[in-house]
Amino acid sequence: MIYFSNIKISSILLVIFIALMFAIPNFFSKDQLNSFPNFIPKQQVNLGLDLQGGSHLLLEVDTVEIIKERLENLNSDVRRVLKKNNIQYSNFKNTDDNLKFVVEEFPTEIQKEISELSISNSQNILQMGDQTNLVISREENEVSISFTDEFVKLAVSNAVTQSLEIVRRRIDELGTREPSIQRQGSSRIIIQLPGIDDPDRIKALLGQTAKLTFQLVDTSTSYDPLNPKKAPVGSEILPSDADDSFKYIVKKRVMVGGENLVDAQPGFDPQTNEPIVSFRFDRLGASKFGRVTQQNVGKPFAIILDDTVISAPVIREAILGGSGQISGGFDSDEANDLAILLRAGALPAPLIILEERSVGPDLGADSIEAGQYAAIIGFVAVILFMMFVYRYFGFLADIALIINLFMVLGILSLFQATLTLPGIAGIILTIGMAVDANVLIFERVKEEIRSGSKMINAVENGYKRALSTILDANITTLIAAVILFFMASGPVRGFSITLAIGIFTSVFTAFTFTRLLISIYAKRLKPSLVGMKIND
Amino acid sequence: MIDIANTKIDFLKSRIITFIFSSILVVLSFGAFFVSGLNFGIDFKGGTLIEIETENEIEIAGLRDNLNSLSLGDVQVQEFGSKNNLLIRVEQQSGGDQIQQNVVEIVKTSLNSYLSSEVNFRRTEVVGPKVSGELIQSGAIAILAAVFAMLIYIWFRFEWQFSLGAVVALIHDVILTIGVFSITQLEFNLPIIAAILTIVGYSMNDTVVVYDRVRENLRKHRSKNIIDLLNLSINETLSRTIVTSVTTLLALLSLFIFGGEVIKGFTFAMIWGVVVGTYSSIFVAAPLLNYLDVKREWNTTSAVDSTR
Repeated sequence: MIYFSNIKISSILLVIFIALMFAIPNFFSKDQLNSFPNFIPKQQVNLGLDLQGGSHLLLEVDTVEIIKERLENLNSDVRRVLKKNNIQYSNFKNTDDNLKFVVEEFPTEIQKEISELSISNSQNILQMGDQTNLVISREENEVSISFTDEFVKLAVSNAVTQSLEIVRRRIDELGTREPSIQRQGSSRIIIQLPGIDDPDRIKALLGQTAKLTFQLVDTSTSYDPLNPKKAPVGSEILPSDADDSFKYIVKKRVMVGGENLVDAQPGFDPQTNEPIVSFRFDRLGASKFGRVTQQNVGKPFAIILDDTVISAPVIREAILGGSGQISGGFDSDEANDLAILLRAGALPAPLIILEERSVGPDLGADSIEAGQYAAIIGFVAVILFMMFVYRYFGFLADIALIINLFMVLGILSLFQATLTLPGIAGIILTIGMAVDANVLIFERVKEEIRSGSKMINAVENGYKRALSTILDANITTLIAAVILFFMASGPVRGFSITLAIGIFTSVFTAFTFTRLLISIYAKRLKPSLVGMKIND
Repeated sequence: MIDIANTKIDFLKSRIITFIFSSILVVLSFGAFFVSGLNFGIDFKGGTLIEIETENEIEIAGLRDNLNSLSLGDVQVQEFGSKNNLLIRVEQQSGGDQIQQNVVEIVKTSLNSYLSSEVNFRRTEVVGPKVSGELIQSGAIAILAAVFAMLIYIWFRFEWQFSLGAVVALIHDVILTIGVFSITQLEFNLPIIAAILTIVGYSMNDTVVVYDRVRENLRKHRSKNIIDLLNLSINETLSRTIVTSVTTLLALLSLFIFGGEVIKGFTFAMIWGVVVGTYSSIFVAAPLLNYLDVKREWNTTSAVDSTR
């Protein structure tokens, strides 16, 4: 005989009660919830971006750019060493992953000096011990220098960590509601912005590296648009932000950089009423800035943002206080964004947007409504069908099904799992499939009755025999759900979550709750009550 | 009152016919796949998708011409659920991931100036070439991994003969699902991969129930002819198969009709999968056991357990 001890009965009811408690908040508004006593949980199901509206962005740190920039820094250091030692070289060039030049002779002392370069070069960013970060190889007369794989890996990893922090600061500055910013894999960043369905401004803010530098203008030559020449060695030609046709020739050496900024604020120039960004340097930056301005009074000093010259004012006097301002024909919104970018700091490398998915709040609300509608109708249809086929047993299975749904909702709320549109589909699918465990049991019970068992024994044996089938059948679906969970991301992942929860709750309710109900009434049940013809 | 008990349908009688029928469907699916291929959505092909809603009905042809004149390549415009809802798809632009971002802005500006009434941008999706390539790869791996996991699980729980039969039925279901998407040219996107994985789980679920009964009957009726035994097993589980399929289909139909446009493709795939999966459990997986020489001598301890 099926026997349930009081402890067993109480624990079954307790589990169901707890699940119900966690499911209940989803049926009330936030305001109503706040008026409830404190012992009632207040967590609601966490809606995915496809249901509440919002933006999902997948970014990638341009890792090629990181190495390219490091190689460019190395370029001038290597040339310096070669020059100092009077080594004649030619065909000096940078590629994406190495430096190359041709020499007649390349003594080992020089090679050693160059490999030591990399140690000093990397000290402030990377701690690699005394090991060199460079691979120097020579094929006939061509020497090629590249970074070691470990160094590349470390440099990329550091750049991604740094980017993550800067992305976070930039988005926080905008006051976005509960943004989620996560690293994915080795070089990617996932940003989730609930409530934002048009992320243009954020994309624009993330699209700039915001690398600010102060460099001297090369006054030895001037740019002639009608006769563009190559820049002298050690200088570069950069476009002007204000005038598309004009270009500046500036010295490559960075005098002060944005990394020395401690603050930047938008404002207006008191004289011209033009929007400006005022900034302040840290101690090191202030002293560098002071020294440069002192030594170069009367010369133009270029303020460069992302390889574009914003302006190049002439230094009138030494600026020793460590603060200054940038003006360059931008409007107050641009000044505001520039200040945000400067405060948040420069990205170590450009970010590339690989994927964007934005859903407006209307569509999300429509999806929820359609999902609820479909769930209720599907639910009623299944309930009626079950009662039609299994009569009294069907009714019990229906009660179990209702409890099942509450449990799915309760578990989703408890673990704050994200419910998405495919997730709702998973719940509706669960409505259809959750009765399976009970169907398997009922069919077994019927078979037992047909072969002459008494009702009580039929129920007991039915459960016993159906167990392994139910486990096997549900484990296969669970395997599919688990694989989906690990392979998918975003909304589809929500489907695997509800599907998996539904499998657990349906097996749980079939073996505890329905079984309990049936055991209570088993003595009184007649075969006709379980949907069998009397003369079977 | 439905009571499907003691049916004695000879399911295996027509096994040659059903095998041929299944083979034809599989060949057709392959044919459709190689001739017309799948109509990949932007998840797998890359590109831009914009769903808009307007107050007034929009004349699609005019809008389509307007958008196709933007030199963004092929732009598809279609109605989405109602006359006021449109889905705009722009093909992937050549030139890498960063370029794709410009499309949204160009289309939005053009829509705002072309349509006099207010435009509500309900959904914007941009998938670059890198991500679409990865998604298609991980989708394919997920399906293969699921089938392989089933193979191992059934092998572990039953015997290799069962495992082989179940997996053949499973692959049959997956091929037919891909086939129906090739023939209908319905959009094949990420949720369809999720649907296929669920079909794999559901079809396996159905097959396992029949196989479980076959194994039990192998212990119970040691001298029974294998064909009779398979027929008996299918008949004994028939009423469960029907009830569960019907409840699942009821839920899915409700989702298909009332669940909104966004998941229609997904629901369609699931409905198809439930029908095909149920069919294959009875007409592919079970009859295959006839040819796979299943073990008749199961160990006696468990045999005693299931024979009263």
